[in-house]
Amino acid sequence: MKLLLKGGFVVDPVRESIEKQDLLVEGGKITGLAPKISIEDAEVFNVTGCYVCPGFIDLHCHLREPGEEHKETIATGTRAAAKGGFTAVVCMGNTNPPADNRAVIEFIKKRAAETGVVPVYPVGCATKGRKGEEISEIGDLAEAGAVALSDDGSSVMNSEVYRRVLEYSKMFDLFVISHCEDSNLSADGVINEGLVSTILGLKGIPCAAEEVHVARDIILVELTGARLHIAHVSSGGSIRYIKEAKERGLRVTAEVTPHHLCLTEELVKDFDTNAKVNPPLRTREDVEALRQALKEGVIDVIATDHAPHSREEKEVEFDYAPFGISGLETAVPLLWDKLVHPGVLTPVELVQKLALNPARILGLPERVLAVGKEAAITVIAPDLQKTVDVSSFVSLGKNSPLDGWTLRGWPVLTVVAGKPVMVDSDYFAGQERR
Amino acid sequence: MSSLRGWAKRFFCGILKGENGMRFKRKDILGLQELSAEEIKLILDTAAPMKEILKREIKKLPTLRGRSVVTLFYEPSTRTRNSFELAAKYMGADTVNVTVATSSVQKGENLKDTAKTIQMMGIDVIVIRHSAAGAPHMLARMVEARVINAGDGAHEHPTQALLDMFTIREKKGDFKGLQVAILGDITHSRVARSNIWGLTKMGAEVRVVGPATLMPPYISELGVKVFYRCEEALEGVDVINVLRIQRERQRKGLFPSIREYSRLFGLNEARLRYAKPDVLVLHPGPVNRGVEISPQVQDGPHSAINEQVTNGVAVRMALLYLLLSGGESGEITS
Repeated sequence: MKLLLKGGFVVDPVRESIEKQDLLVEGGKITGLAPKISIEDAEVFNVTGCYVCPGFIDLHCHLREPGEEHKETIATGTRAAAKGGFTAVVCMGNTNPPADNRAVIEFIKKRAAETGVVPVYPVGCATKGRKGEEISEIGDLAEAGAVALSDDGSSVMNSEVYRRVLEYSKMFDLFVISHCEDSNLSADGVINEGLVSTILGLKGIPCAAEEVHVARDIILVELTGARLHIAHVSSGGSIRYIKEAKERGLRVTAEVTPHHLCLTEELVKDFDTNAKVNPPLRTREDVEALRQALKEGVIDVIATDHAPHSREEKEVEFDYAPFGISGLETAVPLLWDKLVHPGVLTPVELVQKLALNPARILGLPERVLAVGKEAAITVIAPDLQKTVDVSSFVSLGKNSPLDGWTLRGWPVLTVVAGKPVMVDSDYFAGQERR
Repeated sequence: MSSLRGWAKRFFCGILKGENGMRFKRKDILGLQELSAEEIKLILDTAAPMKEILKREIKKLPTLRGRSVVTLFYEPSTRTRNSFELAAKYMGADTVNVTVATSSVQKGENLKDTAKTIQMMGIDVIVIRHSAAGAPHMLARMVEARVINAGDGAHEHPTQALLDMFTIREKKGDFKGLQVAILGDITHSRVARSNIWGLTKMGAEVRVVGPATLMPPYISELGVKVFYRCEEALEGVDVINVLRIQRERQRKGLFPSIREYSRLFGLNEARLRYAKPDVLVLHPGPVNRGVEISPQVQDGPHSAINEQVTNGVAVRMALLYLLLSGGESGEITS
């Protein structure tokens, strides 16, 4: 199969450049990159005006399989990823049973090979049963193919246990992903602690619950020399600790979600359970600080924390609803509309956060489009305007607070291993007519 | 009966045509945050003649005959539920009580299905109390019936605040410039929140006082003054609304002991002397005698705690009347 992407702006996140070039894919690899390529027997996509980017990697999502297939499966979750422009995903280990042993990691990899449409990189649990008490069989997890360790969904509160996780992980060159939440400070909390929680009478989760944990984990990295990645930073106050750790040369990276970059606690005012997420949506000031940190490189990655839930689970009283936003299918348009169009991030910077840096953290080959490279490609039509409709999500999780939002800048083509796994046929039909 | 109906018609037309002829147009009563000063005034004005009815020997009115009211309580309550039930019955409506044990909420029928069931039974008004904030709002979105919030978590308790305000207005005449102190656990109090919205809209000045661990963040942005010392907070106030302290909060470590709470924040006669000589003392009940308020104050001349109960029925009659008749016409339809 040959694919020819004609007339697009090819984004190079390493050289930080954008060039108008045609791109030829053959046998799963990029075989041509030149201002003008003509070839007879290729499937041609007119991507004029589109950004042709190295494939995006979601460093943080929940595919729910095994155990919670009513929320999502590897089949539906990877299709949601492809639809959202992601060419690979890293899935968290808070499944049922949890991915704290070789069998579950092997199962996930097997299901991904059989039913998935994008590569799936599983994360193993840091502790047995995600209980935060004993370190899991990390050697086994590494051998089975876990790419990182995390008890995401909850934190390891015992500092001694976490110290040992960090130390032990070094032997296998695995990095550890921290879900930073002091569970005593956040206990029973359902939204950000602030004016909105005061008005609604809902129990708040203070920023301090995150910051205390970020600071502790950085101190433990200093003690152990391990490699740490901080998941879903939500508080502006966390940034100074991460910044300082980086300045001192500690091996610390961090991610932020599209919703924490673009939404605030105001969305919860009508008790919309689809805006209930952990860590909670914070304030305008936090959003500004997170954007600044992203721009400055203190935050390395944007990851969705895609957390699908069934409608039945979310259509309950606010206190009883589970945390989480179904984010894979809205991440790119939300970011393009709220960050790229207004000039907060350049297209190159966005590609660094969504492709280059996640690949570097995972130790994958450098994520650039060049001849000889594997063809993982995300194509974005920056001026395509569409309205989010959760009922059209391929994810089983329709839990998005963005339902009905009109956004500009959508992925129209996703290529994995040289094959299109998502084509917006309406868009390309429109291109032909033009 | 027809003469009584005729009487009621004349009686209520008078109210509704009122000073500005305003009519009540809301579907639901979910909180005081969204009500305007005019709406609050209309409710309080409507409650005044209702209280007169409560003094009559025969209290039954035909006004809401053929209408149905369900009280759906997910939290134990006798006072508020009985108050609503009596209010509905005095107005001639039929009532059904549904009490759901909180412990069975998770495994039992969910609120969405309960809402559908009630909807299909053709109920006109649902009075809901729930431990989860926002539950009445969720219900209101799902049913055509009118919804009255009888307390949702720590969010709002609009009918309690309205009866508090009715009592205050009866004793003090006007809200403008009135100094009102709300004393106790502000964080977990829906009564405090609803009172803050209502009183500040009507021009009263509100102070909140309690332990720092029971004071929610940014509360001052709602236009209230925050105090941590009782004596300072009570200085020169016209009204003190004393909140019930839940022993459970002590177990959660929010204050050291009932003894210390009572010593620092209990309303006693010595503290009462900081307030204006004609200070009015309110409490939403039920009272922990001798904890948040001393028996001398509770049973003393400043206390209107018992009268609040009567006023509660009157205010709820007014709300049922306004919701079921006020939006359609200025006249009673029979």
